[in-house]
Amino acid sequence: MELFLARLFDGLSSGATYAVIAVALVLIYKATTLINFAQGELAMLGSFFAYILAIEQGIPLYLAIVLAMLLSAVLAAGMERVLIRPFDPADHLPLVIITLGLFLVINAVAGMIWGFDPRSFPRMFPEGDVWSMGIARLRWYTVGTMATVLILLVLLTLLLKKTKVGLAFRAVSSNLESSGLVGVRAGPTLQFGWMLATAVGTLAGALFVADPFRQLDPTWAQRVLIFAAAAAVLGGLDSLWGALAGGIILGLVESMVVGYVDWIPNQMGLAAAVVTIIIVLLIRPNGLFGSKAVERV
Amino acid sequence: MTDAQTTEAEGSTEPGRLVLQLTGVHAAYGMVRVLHGIDLEVRDGEVVVVLGANGAGKTTTMRAICGMVDTSGSIQLHGSEITGKKSADVARLGVAHVPQGRGTFADLSVEENLQVGAFVRKDKEIRSDIDRWFDVFPVLGERRQQQAGTLSGGEQQMLAVARALMGRPRLLLLDEPSLGLAPMIVQSVFRNLQSIREEFGTTMLVVEQNANLALGIADRGYVIEAGRIVLSGTAAELSSDDAVRAAYLGY
Repeated sequence: MELFLARLFDGLSSGATYAVIAVALVLIYKATTLINFAQGELAMLGSFFAYILAIEQGIPLYLAIVLAMLLSAVLAAGMERVLIRPFDPADHLPLVIITLGLFLVINAVAGMIWGFDPRSFPRMFPEGDVWSMGIARLRWYTVGTMATVLILLVLLTLLLKKTKVGLAFRAVSSNLESSGLVGVRAGPTLQFGWMLATAVGTLAGALFVADPFRQLDPTWAQRVLIFAAAAAVLGGLDSLWGALAGGIILGLVESMVVGYVDWIPNQMGLAAAVVTIIIVLLIRPNGLFGSKAVERV
Repeated sequence: MTDAQTTEAEGSTEPGRLVLQLTGVHAAYGMVRVLHGIDLEVRDGEVVVVLGANGAGKTTTMRAICGMVDTSGSIQLHGSEITGKKSADVARLGVAHVPQGRGTFADLSVEENLQVGAFVRKDKEIRSDIDRWFDVFPVLGERRQQQAGTLSGGEQQMLAVARALMGRPRLLLLDEPSLGLAPMIVQSVFRNLQSIREEFGTTMLVVEQNANLALGIADRGYVIEAGRIVLSGTAAELSSDDAVRAAYLGY
């Protein structure tokens, strides 16, 4: 029982962090119907912004994170305007190449500026456990991350479903050509999508490196992007709540399967998760919560 | 709908002011030139139909008006040049375009499709306009929360027309409203267009292969062949023209 709970809490803890980065991926996918490979690096950049504002400028941590979200959103708006908008939004290949390029450039620039020495990110949540039983520890960090993801998802759902900019966002995502014909300007709407996804990515990055077991360096996002992308695909690439479910399932599979199935070595945790995804996608090609493409003519 | 539109409707017996004027419009998809100098005009309150075979350039003419294809020549809306404007900006000037294939926002609900149709409006009557379209097309009202992509073709065509009119446009462009619909549904789409015309006096430019139905609701028409206007006249003149009868009316 104790061991089971320990694995459950471990799974929830890593699952929640996968989920929050997956949310950022889902947002940009919903806006542009493409995977932004630079999303993880933008989150890494945002986490450095938050670190520098909090540690070097002495701004209170929560305020620093909010400022970092705004700052990274402005940066994303500029990137969209200069690098993305000149290209046809319906032609995906050049855009994917650009996001790959951004991935490399951001990573290199961050390495040049901040070096690769790990830093300790300030704690966002109290140290210690909410509840524990022997080795099974439900940490404040896990609970705090979960709560943040839930609040974030509620706010994003309201934004997309209840506001005019949310309607424009979903219209452009659903039918680019028709949105132009009803007067929705695709450029600014997609730019809004980039800003929103990047701000969420920055929050996700701060949450990720705020784990006392992790440290801040320019490579953390590379390690986690694959998990986050897997979580997003598992949940259904266009579903925000699916990203949460996907992240948590992935975290649980990783900790439970490796824990309970003896012949799967520790190092194969991710592989086990990927196999799970393949099985899910064979049965549900649009992921667990992804919307089916419906088209009747 | 609005006061402006009511007055436009009353003026429709006389040839009204010029709403849309195309002069020497050329258009091309990359290297493929499709339009070779189209001249066409639509006046306030008129329903004008564009007839032509597949590939003649009807849809391209519509796309040129809305800035969806590389265009040269002059396209004027209420006397001001709109050539080369982006489609969102043309829409904001009061041109609603129901594209071929209806352009449904398949992932959005029926009601959200109508809301997005009113995207550029800032007034308080959007809600009541939505309810009015649900009265006009009760089947849409019954399915207001349903994902629009699940509607039948005929229902989607009604939705597309309602969505376009939610913007209270000064000019409605309809690209092949009968395409892919069963004959009975086509009849009902055109009956609806006719009653919209009678009730709101909406100015329309309609591209249609079904010349019989289109001429039935139109004041005037143009015939396009290979990217050029080859014939124009009132609906009655076109209906009795031997060449039009042979090529498009089939009797």
